[in-house]
Amino acid sequence: MIKYDLAVIGGGPAGMAAALRARECGVEKIIVLERAETLGGILEQCIHTGFGLHYFKTELSGPEYAARFIELVEDSDIEVKIDTMVLSISDDNVVTAVNKTDGLLEIDATAVILAMGCRERPRGALNIAGTRCAGVLSAGTAQKYVNIDGYMPGKEVVILGSGDIGLIMARRMTLEGAKVKMVCELMPYSSGLTRNIVQCLDDFDIPLKLSTTVIDIHGKERLEGVTIAKVDDNRRPIPGTEEFVPCDTLMLSVGLIPENELSKNMGIEFDPVTNGPVVDELRETSHPGVFACGNVLHVHDLVDFVTKESQIAGEGAAKYILGGKTDKKYVKTKGINGVRYIVPQKIDLANEGDVELYFRVGDVHKNAKIIVTYNGQEIISRKRPRLAPGEMENVVIKNDMLKNFDENGIIEIQVED
Amino acid sequence: MVKDIICVACPMGCQISVDMNDNGEILSISGNTCKRGDAYARTECTAPARSLTTTVKVSGGIHPVVPVKSAQAVPKGLIMECAKHIASLEIKAPVKIGDIVCKDILGTGVDIIATNICPEA
Ligand SMILES: Cc1cc2nc3c(=O)[nH]c(=O)nc-3n(C[C@H](O)[C@H](O)[C@H](O)COP(=O)(O)OP(=O)(O)OC[C@H]3O[C@@H](n4cnc5c(N)ncnc54)[C@H](O)[C@@H]3O)c2cc1C
Ligand code: SF4
Repeated sequence: MIKYDLAVIGGGPAGMAAALRARECGVEKIIVLERAETLGGILEQCIHTGFGLHYFKTELSGPEYAARFIELVEDSDIEVKIDTMVLSISDDNVVTAVNKTDGLLEIDATAVILAMGCRERPRGALNIAGTRCAGVLSAGTAQKYVNIDGYMPGKEVVILGSGDIGLIMARRMTLEGAKVKMVCELMPYSSGLTRNIVQCLDDFDIPLKLSTTVIDIHGKERLEGVTIAKVDDNRRPIPGTEEFVPCDTLMLSVGLIPENELSKNMGIEFDPVTNGPVVDELRETSHPGVFACGNVLHVHDLVDFVTKESQIAGEGAAKYILGGKTDKKYVKTKGINGVRYIVPQKIDLANEGDVELYFRVGDVHKNAKIIVTYNGQEIISRKRPRLAPGEMENVVIKNDMLKNFDENGIIEIQVED
Repeated sequence: MVKDIICVACPMGCQISVDMNDNGEILSISGNTCKRGDAYARTECTAPARSLTTTVKVSGGIHPVVPVKSAQAVPKGLIMECAKHIASLEIKAPVKIGDIVCKDILGTGVDIIATNICPEA
C-alpha cells in the first residue's frame, strides 16, 4: 500500500483543477488517477469553441482549454497515472485501482476527490420500441468517433434530443458531409442555448421538430429508418401524427447522468435530483475526507464553472488534510417553487467566507425574480430577464448573513414570475 | 424592410430587429441588450461570418485526426466549402497547438490552425 495525502479520481478539468489548487494550498503528496490514455476528460472530444469565456476571458476549443491545465499539471510535482481505472474506495479512504504496468494498486489516501464526470443516458433508459440494429448511438459516442477516431458513424442522420450536445453534433456531422434530416425534441422548447440553435441548425437549414419524439426503430442489421410522432402536453404520442423518416443513424442526446458507481458503493448520501452526492460548501460529501466536484456532482454546461467548483473542492481537501477533521454545524439549502436543486445542499456555520449557491430552474421564465429566504423570511431578491433549465444560476450568501443563521435552519430559493 | 435576427455573441441570445431600406442600408437597430449585439447585427446583415471548427487527417500520429479551427471567422457562405477543403488535406505528426494547417484558406485571408497536440505514435 502506498500512502498519499490526496487521491483524485478522474483527470478531466475537474480533477486537474482540484489537484492543482490543493497543491497550491500546500498539500504535498497528490496522485491523479485517470482511466483514459490522456488527461483532459470529455474536453478532448469537444473540438468546437465556446469554452473559457468566463475563466480565461477568451473563446477556446475544448482541447485548448484542457491543454492549459494539462501543462500546469505536467510542470508540477503532482503524480499522474493514466490508463488507470479506479475500482473501489474503502471506508477508510483506501483507493483500489488497476492498470497494465502496476497491476492492482492500493492507495491509502488521507483525502479523496471524486471527479469522474458524467456519461450519457443509454437507449435502455428511454424505452423506444423496435429492433436492436446497428446505427443507434449516443451523440457523445458519435462525437468521440468523429473527433478523435476520425471515423464517420453514418450518412443520413436523425438526432433525438436538442440539448447542446445534440445541436453541436448536428453541425459536426453536416460539416463532415452527412445529411442531418432533423433534430427531434420531446419538450415544446429546446434545452440547448439559442446561439447553438442558430449556429448549428438554422445556419445549415436543419429542421428542429419540437414536441416530437421517436416511437419506433426499423432495420435488421443496420438502421433503415425511424418513426417519429408529435406528443401531447403529457408527452404521449398523438395517434395519426406518425411519420416514417429513412436514415442510417439515430443519435440520442437525451441527458447526462453523473458517473457515481464508486460513490454509491461507498454509501455516500445522494441528492435524488442531481444524481450526485450531497455536499457542503467545501464540496465535502457525507463521508469525511471525501470531496466531489465537476460533472460527478451535478451536470454542468460550462466548464468554467467546473473549474471554479473544483478549486473550491481542492481548497476544502487541503483544509481537511492540513487541519484535520472538524465538527460541522449545518444550515441546509433547498430549491422550491420552480427551483429544481441547489449545490451545495448544506453550509457549515463556521465557514469564514461568502458562499455561492448554484441552482437550476425547471422551466423557462421571462422577467422573473429569484427569492432567497431563511426559515421563510426573505433575505435576497434578484431580478432576472431570463431563466432557463439549461443555464445554471447562482446567488451569493454573504458571510455576515450566514453568521445570523442557526444549526438546522433552512435557506430556500424560489422563482417568482 | 425589417429583418429579425438572433444575436449569437453571448448565451443571452437577444432577438434583434434591423430596419433596412431598399438599398440594404441599415436605418435602425433595436432589441439588443448591449453594444456587441449592435455590431453583430450590422455584420450579420452585411457580411455574415462564422468561426469554423473541424478535424484534419494526420499520418503517423497517436490519433488519425487532429482538431482545427479558423483563426478568425470566415464568410458564412464559404463554411461548407472550407470544411470540404480541410477534409481533403493530410498533415504529418507531430502536431502542436497553433500549427498552421492551411494558410489563407480559399483566399479568405484566414488561416486554419491546430487546436490540440498529436504526438507521433
Ligand atoms: C458533449 C459535450 C459538449 C460540451 N460543450 C461545452 C461547451 O460548449 N462549453 C463549455 O463550457 N462546456 C461544455 N461541456 C461541459 C464540460 O465539458 C464538462 O462540464 C466538463 O468537461 C466536465 O468536467 P469533469 O472533469 O467533471 O468531467 P470529464 O471531463 O468527463 O472528466 C472525468 C474524467 O474521469 C475519468 N474517470 C471516470 N471514472 C473513472 C474511474 N473509475 N477511474 C479513473 N478515471 C475515471 C474519465 O475518464 C474522465 O477523463 C460539454 C460537455 C459535453 C459532454
Ligand atoms: S445583444 Fe449583447 S446581451 Fe444580447 S445576445 Fe448579443 S451580446 Fe449578448
